[in-house]
Amino acid sequence: MSDTPSPPPKIMAAKKMRDLMTTYYLEALSAAQNHRQVAWITSGGPVEPLVAMDIIPVYPENHGAMIGSAKMGEDLCAKAEDMGYSGDLCAYARSDIACAVVKGGPIGGLPKPDMLICCNNICGTVLKWYEIQARYFQVPLFIFDTPVCHTGYTPEIAAYVKTQVNEYIAFLEQVSGKKMDPARMNAVGKLSYEGQRLWQQVLNTTAHKPSPMSAFDAFFFLALIVTLRGTQIAVDFYKELIAELEQRIKDGIGVVPDETYRLLWDNLPVWHRLKWLSDRFSAHQACLVADTYTSAWCGALKYMDENNFLDSMAEAYTRIYLNIGVDEMAEEVLKMIRFYDIHGLVMHSNRSCKPYSFGQMDIMRIVREKTGIPVLMIEADMVDPRSFSESQIETRIDAFMEIVKHKAGRS
Amino acid sequence: MIFAGIDIGSNTAKAALIQDRAIIGVRVIPTGYHHLKAGTRVFEDLLDQTGLSRSDIRAIVSTGYGRASIDFADKAMTEILCHGAGAHFLDPDIRGIIDVGGQDSKAIALDDQGQVDNFAMNDKCAAGTGRFLEVMANALEVSLDQMGEVGLTADHPSKISSICTVFAESEVISMIARQEKRENIIAGIHQAAAARVAILAAKIRIQRPVMMTGGVAKNPGMIAALETQLNQALILSPYCQETGAIGAAVLASRLPA
Ligand code: SF4
Repeated sequence: MSDTPSPPPKIMAAKKMRDLMTTYYLEALSAAQNHRQVAWITSGGPVEPLVAMDIIPVYPENHGAMIGSAKMGEDLCAKAEDMGYSGDLCAYARSDIACAVVKGGPIGGLPKPDMLICCNNICGTVLKWYEIQARYFQVPLFIFDTPVCHTGYTPEIAAYVKTQVNEYIAFLEQVSGKKMDPARMNAVGKLSYEGQRLWQQVLNTTAHKPSPMSAFDAFFFLALIVTLRGTQIAVDFYKELIAELEQRIKDGIGVVPDETYRLLWDNLPVWHRLKWLSDRFSAHQACLVADTYTSAWCGALKYMDENNFLDSMAEAYTRIYLNIGVDEMAEEVLKMIRFYDIHGLVMHSNRSCKPYSFGQMDIMRIVREKTGIPVLMIEADMVDPRSFSESQIETRIDAFMEIVKHKAGRS
Repeated sequence: MIFAGIDIGSNTAKAALIQDRAIIGVRVIPTGYHHLKAGTRVFEDLLDQTGLSRSDIRAIVSTGYGRASIDFADKAMTEILCHGAGAHFLDPDIRGIIDVGGQDSKAIALDDQGQVDNFAMNDKCAAGTGRFLEVMANALEVSLDQMGEVGLTADHPSKISSICTVFAESEVISMIARQEKRENIIAGIHQAAAARVAILAAKIRIQRPVMMTGGVAKNPGMIAALETQLNQALILSPYCQETGAIGAAVLASRLPA
C-alpha cells in the first residue's frame, strides 16, 4: 500500500455550529425559568408558526440522532424494550420514550414540552409516539395531517391541508394564549425560505470535483436547518459555511484525499458508525458526495412562495420526499445521480425507518435499469447498534467498490 | 507461471494453484480459531502436495472472512469477486452464481464478460446459510453429509414456516416430537433454506446458466430444493467448494507484475 495522504483541513464552521447548537439547547432547557413555552415537533413538521409565536421548537428526532452519535442508543432502546415497547419500533421513538423517563442521553433529556406538534408527512409511527408522549407529559397534541401524494397534489389535498394550517394556528393561539402576528409570520417565512435556499446551495457545492465536503459533513450541518429553520441564525450560518466551502473549492481542497469515485447515499445515516463508514469508503478513494436525506429540508423549495409562505407551506410540507410515490422518489434519485456525477448508489436499508426503506428495492431496480450504475444495499439501523454487523458490511462495501472500480474502468 | 488463491471461510480454509489456465492443485482444511495459521497451513500443505516451493508462486490473493489476516498475500479481495472469477474460470458461460457458505449466502450476477455486475447477500440472519443447515442437522442428530442424501427420500416434505433459525429449530423439535418422518423434516429444511436463497437470486434477477458454489453445493438435498425453487437446473463443478480460492488465484494472475 502507498503512504496514506494527509487528511484535509477540517471545516472550520463545524465549531461555530456546535456552539450554536449548544446555545439553542441551553435556551430550550431553561425555557421554563424564562417563561417561554416549548413545543416538541416532528422533523418534517411545519415549524415556522412556532418560531413566529416565539415558542421554542424541540426535535426528538434530532435528539435521537445525538443519542445515536453518542453511542447511547443501545441502552436507551433496551430500556424502552424493558418498558414493553417492541424492538421493531423505530429507534428514534424508542430512545425518546426511554429518555423521557430516565432523563438520559447526552444532554440529560429534553426539556419538558408544553405542547406536541406531530406531522405525519414522514411516517405513521410518529402518531402513536406523540400520543404516548402527550399522555406521559399530559400536554395537548396537535396532529398535522398530510395525505400521501402518490401521484401528485390534487385540489382536494390542497384544500384539506389548508384547513390543517388554519387549525394549527388556532391551536397555537389557544395553547399560548397569544394571537399570531401576520407580519412576524411573514418575516419568519422569508427567513425559512432563505435558509432552505442556502442549505440547497451548501449541498450543491459537492457537485464540484473534488468535493469540498461529504454527505457525512452534511449529516452534521443539517442540524441547523432542522432546528433553527426560520431564524436569522440559520441564514447567517449557512452563508458563512458556503463562503468557506467555496474557498475550499478555490484552493482545490477535497474532503477525501485522491477522490476518484463519487457515491450517493440513500436513507438516514447510521449515526453510530459515521466515522467507520466514512473511513471505509475513503480507503477506496470514494466520497459519499450527496444523499437523499439531507436534501429533504430543501427539496420542497419549488413549491414554496417566500412572499406567501403560510399558503404555500401546505403544499411544500405535503410534497416532501418521504410523502411521495416511489416513482417520483426514483426520479429525484436519478436527478441527483446526474447532478453530482455519481458512480454508485449506497442504500441503507434502515431497520428503524420503514417508510424510507420500503420502496428501496424498486428504486434500486429503476436506477440500475436507467443508469447501469452499481447499487449496494446494507442493512443497519440509524440508532440501535444491535442491528449492525461490521464484518458483513465491510465485505459488502469492499465488493461493491470492486464493482464500482471495474465499471469506472480503473480496477 | 503459477498463481495461488487462499480462501479463509468461517468453517474451512481453501487454497488453489493455477498455471496456464489449468488447476494444478486444491486443498481444504478446517479453519479453526487462527486465520493466519490456517491460511499458512493450507497453503504449505498444497505446496507439499504439488511438490512446489514458495518461490515458484508468482502472486497470491486472499479472500473470505479471514482475507485481511493473510499477511503474505499480495492482495486481499472479497469472496464475491473471487467466486465470480472462479465460476467464470470453471465455465465461461455462467451468468449467475449461488454461493451458500457457512455464515452467509450470496447470489451473484455476472455480465457477459464474466465480471461481477451485481450481488445480494443474506442479511444478518443465518436462515438460508450453511449455519442454518448445521443447526438443523444437530437438532436431528444426523451428520451434515448424511442430511443431503436422507432428504432426497422424502415422500411428503414437512413445511417449516419460521424465518429465523432459532424459531425454525424449535419448529423442527416439535415435529420430531410429533414423530414426523426424519426424511420429510429434512426435505422441509432444505426447502426453507432454498426459499431464502431464491429471494436473493430474485433480488438481482439472476440470469441462467447458474452455478452453485460453496461447501453446501455438496448437499444433493439442498441442490434439489434450490433447483425447484429457482425452476432451473444448477451447474455444478467438482471444485464447488474451492471456487473462491480458484477465483482468487485467477485474480492473482491479473495483478500487475
Ligand atoms: S420511522 Fe422513520 S420517519 Fe418515522 S420517526 Fe422513525 S426515522 Fe423518522
